Amino acid sequence: MATKERAGTGQPRRDAMGTVLAALNKLAGAEVLDRFGLRKPVEKGLYETTRAGFVAAGAASRTFASATKQSKPERLPAAPQRGQFDITPDEEQGMIRETVVEFAAEQIRPIAADADAKCEAPQGLLSQIQELGVTLVGVPEQLGGLGTERSAVTNVLVAEALAHGDMGLAVACLAPSAVSNALVLWGDETQQSTYLPAFVGENVPAAALAVQEPTPLFDPFSLKAKAYRTAGGFVLEGVKSLVPRANQAELFVVAADLDGRGPALFIVESATPGVSVESEPAMGLRAAGMGRLRLDKVKLPATALLGGGKADAYAEAIRLSRIGWCALAVGTGQAVLDYVIPYVNERHAFGEPISNRQSVAFMVANIGIELEGMRLLTYKAAARAEQNKTFARETALARRLCAEKGMQIGNDGVQLLGGHGFVKEHPVERWYRDLRAIGLTEGIVLV
Amino acid sequence: MTINLEIPKKFEQLVDQAHAAAAEFFRPNSRKYDQAEHTYPKELDMLAALLDGLSASGGGAGAGGVRRDGKKDEKPGNRNGSNMQLLLGTMEMCWGDVGLLLSMPRQGLGNAAIASVANDEQLERYKGKWAAMAITEPDTGSDSGAIRATAVKDGDYYVLNGEKIFVTSGERADCVVVWATLDRSLGKAAIKSFVVDRGTPGFELVRLEHKLGIRASDTAHFRLENVRVHKDNLLGSPEVNTEQGFAGVMQTFDNTRPLVAAMAIGVARASLEETRRILEDSGVVIDYDRPAQVQSAAAATFLQLEADYEAAYLLAMEAAWMADNRQPNSLQASMAKAKAGRSGSDITLRCVELTGSLGYSENSLLEKWARDSKILDIFEGTQQIQQLIVARRLLGKSSAELK
Repeated sequence: MATKERAGTGQPRRDAMGTVLAALNKLAGAEVLDRFGLRKPVEKGLYETTRAGFVAAGAASRTFASATKQSKPERLPAAPQRGQFDITPDEEQGMIRETVVEFAAEQIRPIAADADAKCEAPQGLLSQIQELGVTLVGVPEQLGGLGTERSAVTNVLVAEALAHGDMGLAVACLAPSAVSNALVLWGDETQQSTYLPAFVGENVPAAALAVQEPTPLFDPFSLKAKAYRTAGGFVLEGVKSLVPRANQAELFVVAADLDGRGPALFIVESATPGVSVESEPAMGLRAAGMGRLRLDKVKLPATALLGGGKADAYAEAIRLSRIGWCALAVGTGQAVLDYVIPYVNERHAFGEPISNRQSVAFMVANIGIELEGMRLLTYKAAARAEQNKTFARETALARRLCAEKGMQIGNDGVQLLGGHGFVKEHPVERWYRDLRAIGLTEGIVLV
Repeated sequence: MTINLEIPKKFEQLVDQAHAAAAEFFRPNSRKYDQAEHTYPKELDMLAALLDGLSASGGGAGAGGVRRDGKKDEKPGNRNGSNMQLLLGTMEMCWGDVGLLLSMPRQGLGNAAIASVANDEQLERYKGKWAAMAITEPDTGSDSGAIRATAVKDGDYYVLNGEKIFVTSGERADCVVVWATLDRSLGKAAIKSFVVDRGTPGFELVRLEHKLGIRASDTAHFRLENVRVHKDNLLGSPEVNTEQGFAGVMQTFDNTRPLVAAMAIGVARASLEETRRILEDSGVVIDYDRPAQVQSAAAATFLQLEADYEAAYLLAMEAAWMADNRQPNSLQASMAKAKAGRSGSDITLRCVELTGSLGYSENSLLEKWARDSKILDIFEGTQQIQQLIVARRLLGKSSAELK
């Protein structure tokens, strides 16, 4: 029958043999475990998953209160229009990149495997990244930051450099700046004076831009999470997926459909009644401590709506977030290339380095070619964004290329190491898992 | 020194002019000379005269050549110069018609070689001449170091013998730059290039090829039988320098490869624009914000093709930008050629698929562009040769290690 031939439709019918096997599995399973001495490892595995997991109310948050009154929101001016084609970072960007590259090599890469296994970014690393001022560059000087103009390109260079160390840890490090960047771009004077001081202080709060939803073919412009206007403000209802550092986050910026009229962003403090989080470890990005955010009739004040709920502000947020993911893909893609080159040069088979063979060498060449294309598309989109040019097209193309070629690079990275690529002795299997996120993730980071 | 990947302000007018020339001169003649293969496109004479005045001509394969010596008094800082200008012009002209661009008088690959390696006297002598390039032989394609055509010194002359194929505009050009070896036993270093005037005795046109695409551009097959050329027609040094030799000859390609990439990019853009128009006319919405997966398959395919186009475009821009800034760009030039070559074929072919019989029939130019684009993944170094070059550079391998 035609319907039986379609892949992935329905359960196969269980024949007699299948029924016997299923029963055998049930009855004998326990014995099998014992006979092969597998009982302990299995139990240990279960135990560890539970310990890493969590279901809790939102983290207790500090009291966010407007300390000093602002008369108007502070925005970073657009970067000046440029007349020349140039791919060289300016002097300041060059220095920032160099610092972050070094930081990623010395502080991030060495702990990446451990953080991946523990599903958590160590607090020490997160404090160090704050000291580097990664969040500060996006906040205007008037609000205590270091920013003097829009700096999407700088943010891209930082994300790329961090992801060369590890994508999961990069996401953990960058998650708060997604929220602070959003507040700088779209917050009004009250929202800025209430929340931004914490992001330029000593103890930057964990915070998350929660857009993703656990639904197939997820479209950030068609959300299941709903917000309704009430007399006092809004009520939020829904589930958000892949929320970074969910159990620590004190502040969320949440995307929800407002009154059936389209998506908007809302500021949600974690201690608000009805907010709960649960762990959602994924294929990759594990060091980011991903969780689900449940919003159960969460009551928000009228001041919670970001950017006046305007459609163009929301679209800009989605695009800037996608550029961030592209930058992460470029950084991790470069990590793959830098790792496989010495490997294929040193690995011998049939009496010579495997890189003397075209099938191996061409795979490396294609990683190099596509990676450079990914990088240039990402830079172009970011440069247009910060010069206040339209950047929807460039963002879409960068995302399309990074999703497809980024995953190909991850796939080829494992392939080039063969069986060694499949085991955790080498980082390529982690990069494979992380690179799968590109193209499906929305929100989370924002440049 | 700030990252910006837009067309430089100072080249915007040039791009507009080249686009106008492509739209007014090339497009209206596109189908005509595709069908009338081997007929000289006489409209080009007027355009060439017009463009000789403008430096914006585009140029078949970098007719301006790139001389990296000279000027040492340049200001420090970022430069957007002649390489990028030529690249942008070529893209626009090939948006019009790649076959016609390749047929532009005085814009041959031979002109590029002359401009790049000729001495001052030769430059003056060949000024205003149309020069084709003859490298390939019946048994030697990508392996241009293995050519068999010979040049034997005889007093003030060299005597050339051999067979040359795939000579673009070979019949129409005033002269042909012929690659021949002084001594096969000395390998690549003994390969020299000689300018042979078309009327020289013994330089015989065997035939013109009938081709899949770029049919407006003639492709000649020559036989050389005791062709005597004066020693002043040898380009570069007559000495056989086994140290450096072949690298100098091959260097021309670092400059012309981004331009062939530009040709593929121009054709690809023509296909994408026409396909978008046809798809949108029939109700397909292509949205840059909504995820590709929730759009129609046609829209998702289009986005993917456009992303490949954009990558090829920016890689070529990067290679040209590096050349303008005197940075070695052999790696980037080959990356650009590899990406543009394969994307050019993929994009133009899938555009025909997306537009169905509209695109497949001769009523539209889409089928022609899908034929024209194929050569761009072959000449000036095939896809596979580009991958070899990129791989050797990335892996730090010699041509002996990675064959």
